[in-house]
Amino acid sequence: MSILSLDDLRAIRNREEKELKKRDIHGRSVHVVVGMGTSGISAGAKVVLNTLADEIEAAGLDKVILTQTGSLAPVAEPVVEVFSKEAGLVVYGDVSKADAVRIVKEHLVAGKILEDKRVEVKED
Amino acid sequence: MGFKNYILVCGGTGCESSRADQIYRSLIEEAKNQGVAEQVQVIKTGCFGFCEQGPIVKILPEDSFYVQVKPEDAKELISEHVVKGREVTRLLYNKEERKPYEEVEDIQFYKKQLRIVLRNCGSIDPENINEYIAADGYKALEKVLFEMTPENVIDELKVAGLRGRGGAGFPTWMKWNFTKQAEGDVKYVVCNADEGDPGAYMDRSTLEGDPHSVLEAMTICGYAIGAHQGFIYIRAEYPLAIHRLEVAMAQAREYGLLGKNILGSGFDYDIEIRLGAGAFVCGEETALLQSIEGKRGMPLPRPPFPASKGLWGKPTVINNVETWANIPVIITKGGEWFSQIGTQDSHGTKVFALTGKICNSGLVEVPMGTTLREIVYDIGGGIAKGKNFKAVQTGGPSGGVITEENLDTPIDFGGLQRIGSMMGSGGMIVMDNDDCIVDVAKFYLNFTVDESCGKCAPCRIGGKSLMNILEKITDGKGTPEDIDQIEKIALAMRKGSLCALGQTAPNPVLSSLKYFPEEYKSHIEDKSCPSGKCKKLIKYEIDTAKCIGCTACSRKCPVGAISGEVKKPHKIDQAVCIKCGVCKSTCKFSAIDIK
Repeated sequence: MSILSLDDLRAIRNREEKELKKRDIHGRSVHVVVGMGTSGISAGAKVVLNTLADEIEAAGLDKVILTQTGSLAPVAEPVVEVFSKEAGLVVYGDVSKADAVRIVKEHLVAGKILEDKRVEVKED
Repeated sequence: MGFKNYILVCGGTGCESSRADQIYRSLIEEAKNQGVAEQVQVIKTGCFGFCEQGPIVKILPEDSFYVQVKPEDAKELISEHVVKGREVTRLLYNKEERKPYEEVEDIQFYKKQLRIVLRNCGSIDPENINEYIAADGYKALEKVLFEMTPENVIDELKVAGLRGRGGAGFPTWMKWNFTKQAEGDVKYVVCNADEGDPGAYMDRSTLEGDPHSVLEAMTICGYAIGAHQGFIYIRAEYPLAIHRLEVAMAQAREYGLLGKNILGSGFDYDIEIRLGAGAFVCGEETALLQSIEGKRGMPLPRPPFPASKGLWGKPTVINNVETWANIPVIITKGGEWFSQIGTQDSHGTKVFALTGKICNSGLVEVPMGTTLREIVYDIGGGIAKGKNFKAVQTGGPSGGVITEENLDTPIDFGGLQRIGSMMGSGGMIVMDNDDCIVDVAKFYLNFTVDESCGKCAPCRIGGKSLMNILEKITDGKGTPEDIDQIEKIALAMRKGSLCALGQTAPNPVLSSLKYFPEEYKSHIEDKSCPSGKCKKLIKYEIDTAKCIGCTACSRKCPVGAISGEVKKPHKIDQAVCIKCGVCKSTCKFSAIDIK
């Protein structure tokens, strides 16, 4: 007679939990920011952003916040910043789609900074 | 799937009345117009608590906390934040001090808070059962129905040490246990959502923001005590809360979480709503039950307590909204976890509606044992307009004032009682030096006199007599004997009244008398009101040295009591003046004094 069985309820929870978790930013310690100014987008930042989003989700990294911002460093676009409390700010330049995959796999998952893509930013 | 922003719009009564619903619709509309509908999800949530700054819109994952948003801002929020990824700085809370990667929890208002009851308020869509389920909703019900016996459930509450949040602080497990053990073929579960204290809106916000938590808890109780029917008694003045409850109940029924054979466990349970007409006395449990039965809401003598003879004479558990909202978390996380929060005699948290002369008014939830100073100064941001703190009224019309000297008292059931106030349901009204303590006492007493059901003489006659004395005092006709008289009447009311309404009605008068005797004295002996509130004891006068004769006050005076030539000092005719204070607020030269 009951419409939902225990398994149905658990299935709904599993499905919806994933969606709700994306909104729970509490305790997330790693921020990935993509420069999405006009020049960034024309250099391919949109592809990078979407690739990062897909890869982060696929890797199940629920401690990572992905956000976009305006122009970051117009010399080496697309630019991706990775900020964590441990390593501070790391800025990557000329990021391609393949690099975006590497950022997730090497930096975010394995914790190894991609020295070849790193660019120095001067603080004002 | 690509990048996604989540826009959370506050859908509590406070923000809705400042057009939050229109903001919500405009955001959806704008997202469509600007071609980013796929990239954003706009969600209407329950109360964020920071009502002072409403309407509130929070955008994730950046955790941008936008305040005092208007529907016209929707376009910019979408085009700047969502499309271009730039925060709309002008709408950010505390924009000067916001640091990169700062979380909303770091805002001073939220720092000392611990949200258990309000865990889902401001984060899920209360009208979508799936979101509640995703946030561990109905997990407790699962556990109870399939892994626990009714005795286990009650034991868990005993370990947790949960005490009723409606005011009296009676141990919840005992109430449930008495009802479980009471003899009766039919038993009932009742949710008291008849929140009536002036300035209190904890229960309303909980129901608006997280209605399923109450439904789940009531179902758990039904299982524990052997009841199959629950009632939610809620006042008709809470249309939004009622609507959200109705939506939630319909969704729960559709999912089979209410109704017959819940989740295939064989347990049947359903809930109905009963609307109250807004009588304060119906918050008293026996009066509330009378009202559900369709009778006039008047208290009955106790015993018998509802646990043995309640609704239609059947054993009944009756708990307040906030108590209910605690229960699912206690079951999922365990009583042991809950008992670690708070103080020795009061476990868990308490939600307060912080209002009055405070910078950050709103809904706050803190662990028991937090001091009033932390609530008023750290969370509340101190007294508004740079004025001085005078007192806090807790417990509404049944409580009392707390002064500077007791600000460091840890708040729990025992602590507040020791300093002459009470926990009450959680109203917390802050007063500054502009508030006259006699006038405030009169306000609360007036409320209880109005709301007295009139059944018993001590409350009906005692309240009115106390009121007469207070009026005499604020009219400047008080005598020193009046103070003795107040104490005598108060004692009679306390001892002789049938229910808590009458028993506690003198509390605001007694506690203000205890902490501010000199203020009563100046009303009675000097015939003066130090705060300038009591109209019969003050007069407005123009300082001829400061008045430049601009005529602004005489033009504004509604009774034409101010006369004088242009560019010459004016004069107030005391016989005509009605002491409305318009002249004082109009004068740009501070030339009008209260004497």
